[in-house]
Amino acid sequence: MIAVLTLPLLAGFAGVLLPAFGYFPSLGGISFTFEYLFAVTEKPGFWHSLHLSLWIGLATTFLSLVLVAGFFAANWGSPTFLRIQRFISPLMSVPHAAVAFGLAFLIAPSGWIMRLCSPWATGFDRPPDWLIVNDPMGYALLLGLILKEVPFLFLVGLSASSQINVDERLKLARSIGYGRMWGWMITVFPSLYKLMRLPVIAVIAYSTSVVDMAIILGPNFPAMLPVQLLRWMNDPELEMRFIAAAGAVWQLGATLFAVLIWWLGEKIIGCAFRRAAIHGNRLAKDGWMRGGVSGLMLILVTISVLSFVILFLWSIAGFWRFPNTLPDQFSLMRWMANAGMLIDPTANALLIAVLSTGIALVMSLGCLENEYRHNIEFTPGALRVLYLPLLVPQIAFLFGISTLLVRFGWDGQLAPVVFAHLLFVLPYVFLSVAAPFRQFDLRYLRVAAALGVNQNKAFFTVRLPLLLKPILLATALGMAVSIAQYLPTLMIGAGRVETITTEAVALAAGGDRRLIGIYAMVQALLPAIGFVAAAFAPKFLYPNKRYFAS
Amino acid sequence: MTESRSKGLVLNNVAIRDHERELFCIDATVRPGEVLTVMGPSGSGKSTLLNLVSGFLPPAFSYTGRVLLDGVDITQAPPEERHVGLMFQDPLLFPHMSVEDNLLFALPKDGGKDERCQKVRAALAAVNMEELGARDPMTLSGGQQSRISLIRLLLSEPKALLLDEPFSALDSGLKGKVRDFVFSQAQQRQLPTILVTHDEADAQRAGGNIITI
Repeated sequence: MIAVLTLPLLAGFAGVLLPAFGYFPSLGGISFTFEYLFAVTEKPGFWHSLHLSLWIGLATTFLSLVLVAGFFAANWGSPTFLRIQRFISPLMSVPHAAVAFGLAFLIAPSGWIMRLCSPWATGFDRPPDWLIVNDPMGYALLLGLILKEVPFLFLVGLSASSQINVDERLKLARSIGYGRMWGWMITVFPSLYKLMRLPVIAVIAYSTSVVDMAIILGPNFPAMLPVQLLRWMNDPELEMRFIAAAGAVWQLGATLFAVLIWWLGEKIIGCAFRRAAIHGNRLAKDGWMRGGVSGLMLILVTISVLSFVILFLWSIAGFWRFPNTLPDQFSLMRWMANAGMLIDPTANALLIAVLSTGIALVMSLGCLENEYRHNIEFTPGALRVLYLPLLVPQIAFLFGISTLLVRFGWDGQLAPVVFAHLLFVLPYVFLSVAAPFRQFDLRYLRVAAALGVNQNKAFFTVRLPLLLKPILLATALGMAVSIAQYLPTLMIGAGRVETITTEAVALAAGGDRRLIGIYAMVQALLPAIGFVAAAFAPKFLYPNKRYFAS
Repeated sequence: MTESRSKGLVLNNVAIRDHERELFCIDATVRPGEVLTVMGPSGSGKSTLLNLVSGFLPPAFSYTGRVLLDGVDITQAPPEERHVGLMFQDPLLFPHMSVEDNLLFALPKDGGKDERCQKVRAALAAVNMEELGARDPMTLSGGQQSRISLIRLLLSEPKALLLDEPFSALDSGLKGKVRDFVFSQAQQRQLPTILVTHDEADAQRAGGNIITI
């Protein structure tokens, strides 16, 4: 399993580093040189792109973490917490591109919010000439990324909270006079953050190198570094391959630098926290803070839900003049007209998702069973390896792998794409199935053994069926991750393996809102159907069994 | 009511219901320095009583009656304003702070930094544990952790103590020592104390009234 995760990464790095230093025999580069690493910095807008990546990445991570931590601090154990929590898993399963499109349709000058406020509040009867989406500083992209990363960190925080005694710590702090938020911040957060660190770094890596959301929401002239890289990689002029590879090395450096800045910030804030914790300030009057944070979270959830609604509206909209709140008429015409076009990309997306998730599931369960039989301890080191594909900017090593594939003539085929998806699906599937697997009541297996059933049979007839629910959930999650993948599909498939996601992102430039609405709806519905199926399947497979009923 | 009579912790006809089922009804007064022991099998709602007094009653429960501390009705007050100290089965020393920082965390904010450090050291010295201040709490023995957690609680200047089976995790050799330590500290500071336990010996040693629910 370690080999599956690390070898492609190493190969990918080799495939990027060699051309970046000028070694690429099939293009006539056989000597090592630093020339391209400097040449790329002279491309127009390079430093600006680099700066954008750093700022977007760090701001996304910081704001998302502050919001999630603030919300946990303000509401842990309260009814508000449970109410918001119900929205989080579904939000997490919506693919990035669909979120980005929905947000764009909402906040653009001709978007739904403007329509709702016009003309009575704004006086506009035509869309104002403002650059809201694709704004040069990337605020729209920042908001889009936060919409995606807050649910992720929220779930990570939930699972970390289950590993420490949050309730008791909080009780203790409050009984000696600490306010809810401040008490949580100094007694719970330090331990919680330790458990959340790898996922937080994954957020940095992702948001410094995001491509699909950046194409839809991000600045254009110049674009963020990863988008710029993708353009260079697809440049017909072969010389640009060297430039692109050198750019990928810079991207790697940018992400690393962002992590370094984060690490420094961690140290400083940690130090400040330790000092503040022993000052004895109780900060018991935190009602306004709690209200504020909960309000922000509510706004975020509302935006997410509204962006989903607006996608749906556009997909069935007929004629829709600007300040009107709703389209004049609804029609399924565009759905009908495009049904034929949708089938292939949808089937491809499903096939890749089923294959990669299936392999990931077999590997994860095999690993876990092996760990149980041979009493292997799961170390923090192993956890880091598992997270590795999520901690490295995708674009940097995928480019390397795709160059290697071209060399061997394997580009544009299904198998390598499935394998690339596996890299990103495996960590999610493993992590989501591991906890229930390890918490499994081993006495069932002992009973089975005492009845003379061998280990393999017990695994298939006792353990797997009893773990059906978490396994199905992990499957749904794995498929959602796979369906949302843009870059691996595009780069490893060399643009010839088309999925619903690559098609949807490709529509971004066109600006046909009805068509985008349709593609984004399909993209968002596929994972949703998976989760619903995962929730109901156990009841159908095992009717009349209370164990599977709830 | 005169000032002296209202001192202490009063449970005025306190009844707790879990949905429709009434768990218990208690009417009791705990005077300063006294220990009220509440005994009962697990699931009888002993800890729920402490949750009510400290302000952490889960919404699934409902209650009637009033809780008065030194004459003030605290039944509805938020937990952070009650000045009721809780001691749990686990010592719950924060693993990311040193022993001294754990104590500073509990000490109310008055006086400068040096003054507060002095107070903490004095509190440790008073029980002959001054050398533990700089230690990582995870490296202390179980008995030491329990005693430090009580000192931490006392530094927060509570007006009443609630003990939720605080000795049950200790092995029998240590148990007696820690128990004596806790009761003598509560006695010295004249704190009204409620002890929840299922150990007969705890109840005997506490010396006060015993209620079985």
